[in-house]
Amino acid sequence: MATDETSAVTSASDLALKVAIPIKEIMPWAIFGVVIMAVAYYFVGAEQGATSIFSGMSIHEFVHDARHLLGFPCH
Amino acid sequence: MVGQLILRGFIIGIVAGLLAFGWAKTFGEPAVNIAIHFESAQDEAKAAAAVAAGKPAPPEDPVIFSRTVQSGIGLLTGMVAAGAGLGCLFAVLFAFANGRMGNLASGPTSVLLAFYGLISVYLVPALKYPPNPPSVGEPATIKYRTGLYFLMMAISIASTLGALRLRRSLVPRYGTWNGSLLALGAYLVVIAAFFVILPGINEVPATFPAVTLWNFRLASLGIQTVLWGSIGIIFGYVGAQVMASHPQSR
Repeated sequence: MATDETSAVTSASDLALKVAIPIKEIMPWAIFGVVIMAVAYYFVGAEQGATSIFSGMSIHEFVHDARHLLGFPCH
Repeated sequence: MVGQLILRGFIIGIVAGLLAFGWAKTFGEPAVNIAIHFESAQDEAKAAAAVAAGKPAPPEDPVIFSRTVQSGIGLLTGMVAAGAGLGCLFAVLFAFANGRMGNLASGPTSVLLAFYGLISVYLVPALKYPPNPPSVGEPATIKYRTGLYFLMMAISIASTLGALRLRRSLVPRYGTWNGSLLALGAYLVVIAAFFVILPGINEVPATFPAVTLWNFRLASLGIQTVLWGSIGIIFGYVGAQVMASHPQSR
């Protein structure tokens, strides 16, 4: 038990390095995550306002209050 | 492992969206409703003036969704969607940051990330282009305003990343405290410069109630704080768990 504690203390400083996920393992997922974020933010924040993928105003009107309250420009 | 983090980020984001909805419903909607009444009164006055001048009244905006839908399921959907998207992005940020922020453990890393995120993605852009309730904002300038808002957001995010990088290179030379303050100073100079350079926007009608505008903006800040804060705190627990379940597999 005592040895475990000592090793925990000595490895505390390089624990951070061991824990880090290699960048090349993250990259494909990073693109995936950023795309999901961008799509969600775009539809809540900008669709049928400044730019439109779908015609009409129903997406804009549906998320209207969220768009205003999250701080996106609206109307 | 990153996939696991993203899935959890997505779910945590939905929870954060629900909490943000609660805040929005309680503190945001009263201001939105006052603003909409103000807007209707303005429109009616305009229509009456047009009729009095012998012109046809301008067409009313078609009602696609009732106010009940907009302030209920619509608001909920918007908050949850934004939260879920944010949660996915947050998981990616965490994957990059965990183990790369000095000796910081997963929990504090997550909370610090949320703090940086709130400031970079919301607060700084909002200080330049503050959130506005309905009836504030010319429909004709929506493209211009949206463009500037997202430009400010991009500048803000890039400045934060730049400052963190700068800090990393200054700390070995000037020490943690001085190096950090120098990086913060450089960051503030850049942000202030863009605040000055970029054009300001003020489309608040002269007669719009000041208290409503204040309450609305404060509610918006509260919503974003709840959103980022809850993601940061919950992800602190969950992210640490995921990392611990993959001991030294790399």
